[in-house]
Amino acid sequence: MQLLNGMTGALIGSAIAAVGILTAPLYVDLFQIMQLTVFAAMAVLALSLGFIWGYGGILCFGQTSFFGLGAYTYAVAAINFADSTPAILLAILIPVIFAALLGYFMIYGGISDVYLGVITLTVSLILFNLVNSTAGDFYKIGDARLGGFNGMPGVPTFNLPGNPGYILTPEQAWMVTGIALIVVYLGLRLLIASSFGRIIIAIRENETRAALLGYDPRIYKLITFMIGGAIAGFAGALYVNWGAFVSPTIFALGLSAQIIIWVIIGGRGTLIGPIIGCLLLQWLVTEIGAQQAFDANFVLGAILIVFVLLVPKGIAPTLRDMVMSRFAERGDAPPDVSVKVKT
Amino acid sequence: MSAPLLQTSGLTIRFGGVTAVDRVDFTLKESELRCLIGPNGAGKSTFFKLLTGQLRPTEGHVHLRGQDISGARPHEIARQGVGIKTQVPNVFNAMTVQENLWIAARHKHTPNFATELTEQILTDLRLTAIAGKEVGQLAHGQRQWVEIGTVLAGEPELILLDEPAAGMTHEEVERTADLIQEINKTRALIVVEHDMQFIKMIAKTVTVLHQGAVLIEDDVARVLEDARVRDVYLGKGLAA
Repeated sequence: MQLLNGMTGALIGSAIAAVGILTAPLYVDLFQIMQLTVFAAMAVLALSLGFIWGYGGILCFGQTSFFGLGAYTYAVAAINFADSTPAILLAILIPVIFAALLGYFMIYGGISDVYLGVITLTVSLILFNLVNSTAGDFYKIGDARLGGFNGMPGVPTFNLPGNPGYILTPEQAWMVTGIALIVVYLGLRLLIASSFGRIIIAIRENETRAALLGYDPRIYKLITFMIGGAIAGFAGALYVNWGAFVSPTIFALGLSAQIIIWVIIGGRGTLIGPIIGCLLLQWLVTEIGAQQAFDANFVLGAILIVFVLLVPKGIAPTLRDMVMSRFAERGDAPPDVSVKVKT
Repeated sequence: MSAPLLQTSGLTIRFGGVTAVDRVDFTLKESELRCLIGPNGAGKSTFFKLLTGQLRPTEGHVHLRGQDISGARPHEIARQGVGIKTQVPNVFNAMTVQENLWIAARHKHTPNFATELTEQILTDLRLTAIAGKEVGQLAHGQRQWVEIGTVLAGEPELILLDEPAAGMTHEEVERTADLIQEINKTRALIVVEHDMQFIKMIAKTVTVLHQGAVLIEDDVARVLEDARVRDVYLGKGLAA
């Protein structure tokens, strides 16, 4: 029952957000539309980690591996096919395959949580160095030159499906990115409300108990990890569509750390939290960059410390708890939960 | 003649130099209720972990209805119909009582039937009043009941209960004893317990473990009168 109400709330919220996204070009200028587009693309990336970490209990320190793979796959495929639709699909498929292989060895190999973090971080750094050293004409896939540390400029942006001649305007690209964020959000909400979602939360809570009930924790974790890879890869395609450019810095340590900070500050164990954390911090970093009074990383670090110490649950869960206790005070739920002894 | 429900032969596990379970031959018939007792460190919980795949035996075998399950993974053994309530409750803390049971029931059943089965068990175990509470916030005795409910919701054919009455009030202990006898009408159980009053309430046959090995296996009255059993419980000499 509670689940249903939650879902209704999510649908209403999403509908309002969708209206906002579709009408934004009417009252926001082009520069801000471009800003919002990259924010939304990054929010999809934040959702991917928010899902696998918050619900699957898998702390992946290298979520940028899948993000970057998706971005590069999109770039290479879009240049070769001169059509964005198959490129977007490949940008999801390749990271999923990569996540399946990497996840299989880690999860079925019985790697503990901490080492899983270390391995995923290392993999993202390996990919960074690998792509970084692909400068020159020798490194090309079809017509696409990988370009090493210079990256790949002039990547074709999204076109209308089935009509490669019709390239989306920046306003249309914003709508696609914004709606994509909502679709991913709602899709994850549905997934979490499903039996699969309940079971992965149960495994996060107590892997031993789940196994003793007959669930194989490994396959559930692997599928969770792959879903995270798919979403991160998709975010990579959205990101390249925004800038028409991709470079190896997409795999770099800075972004890996930022995603984790977004999720911590927004709130782990919710889906709206990572979106809030991502939008808020990106906006803040952009503002700080414009002011040039402080170093953005310094501020980001300070915020992280403040949150870990004072708001350890993150923004979304803290707000939810405050609303809940307000309801309790009004008498909708008994505030007294002390043990009642009856004989 | 069909194979017994559960049979272990020469079951042994060593941790370094310590032999925690030592060549245990144990047989349980269909729909039997067996109590397993022994002092602290006798290897009772370790024995349970071997039966459920949480530990792999160093030597020996476990057969479930003639099928060798030694070394199988916990989820594989659970699917064969073995359910366990562990000594320290293993529950899903951040989930509600209802959700805990539902997850267990969902493994075999459709979501709707799982919900029905959950309601049934909540009623049977008198947990309906706390169905919406998070398990992490419950008292130890209540958590025990939730875990028993979770095991029942999985509909196993063999149920292992590791200290089911620990942390319960006298009234709750009596209810637990009644429940075990109720379950035993249709299913086999092995119960580990320290509380001798409780053992007397439910036991027919008792197996005593001592230092990892079977000390004696007999009718409950004879076991409780046995001098060796008193010795291992009270320390040699004291009971002499």
